[in-house]
Amino acid sequence: MRMDLIQPFINSADAVLAQALESPVSIEDLSMEQESYRRHGIAAEVALTGEIEGRIIFDVDLELAIQLASRLAGIAVAETDETVVREAVCELANQIIGNAVTTLNDQGFHFHVHPPSLLTSELGGKSSEDTEALVMCLSTSSGKVFMNVALLYHRRRSKERHTVAGISRA
Amino acid sequence: MEKFVAVKRAEDGQPVRYLIVDDSVFARKNLARMIESFGGQIVGEAGDGVSAIKEYERLSPDIVLMDITMPQMEGIEAAEKIVRNHPGARIVMVSSVGYQENIVAALQRGARHFVQKPVKPEVLYEVIKYVMKDESTPARGAGAGV
Repeated sequence: MRMDLIQPFINSADAVLAQALESPVSIEDLSMEQESYRRHGIAAEVALTGEIEGRIIFDVDLELAIQLASRLAGIAVAETDETVVREAVCELANQIIGNAVTTLNDQGFHFHVHPPSLLTSELGGKSSEDTEALVMCLSTSSGKVFMNVALLYHRRRSKERHTVAGISRA
Repeated sequence: MEKFVAVKRAEDGQPVRYLIVDDSVFARKNLARMIESFGGQIVGEAGDGVSAIKEYERLSPDIVLMDITMPQMEGIEAAEKIVRNHPGARIVMVSSVGYQENIVAALQRGARHFVQKPVKPEVLYEVIKYVMKDESTPARGAGAGV
């Protein structure tokens, strides 16, 4: 998988989570995955379509999800407030993935991001050879966040297409 | 949350009336808290572009805070339809997807401004003041003073 597609997601997750928690976030692990995704806590899934297609799963440990919901809502959120906690995770997924998509679009990758949906099943979709997933684990003082990024790149950016065309003509 | 000098409508000194449009209930509540800290009044909420158009017709708010990525009808299309029927509508796009092409498309279709999520209250406050500048003035010491 191309790291130039992945880096904006890492940067965005780092920035948005650090701002929400007002504490540093560190990347604990990065790994490639072809097996079905196994959910850890409260998870949201966002689909991308266009030159880049695929999906991103944003998965937050329950304890951390409650803390994030409380911080974002400005009030103490209990574990029993499931709707609020789930909404918070979906909104954070939207912010993180939206910010990453912003960076990628400004770099010339054109695609569309869809609204997040809650992932309730224990297992997510299995990656294929074309859409091998990168799983990143981000560590915070209150728990872990997992992002499973499975993307398929359809087209070269216009700049790259022109470069390749120039080489073939030479 | 930090308190801000309340922004009032210039013509009658009443609180600015807002319609908040976002498919996330959580995001709407978050924006509502900020608006209240600006001394504003939330007159309505909508979760998609179609409902936003209906709510605009019904409520005639002073400002619409409009998300972009929503089900049924996205925010840019809804903004365009509202502005087509109400050229004076003040619509501020509030979205995590803030690439240049998207911002330009929103502004070309009638949005007045763009704020990227995660929203910082002080940024939204300045945008609200800017968008309302011809018709409102900060009411120093009124209501939600600093």
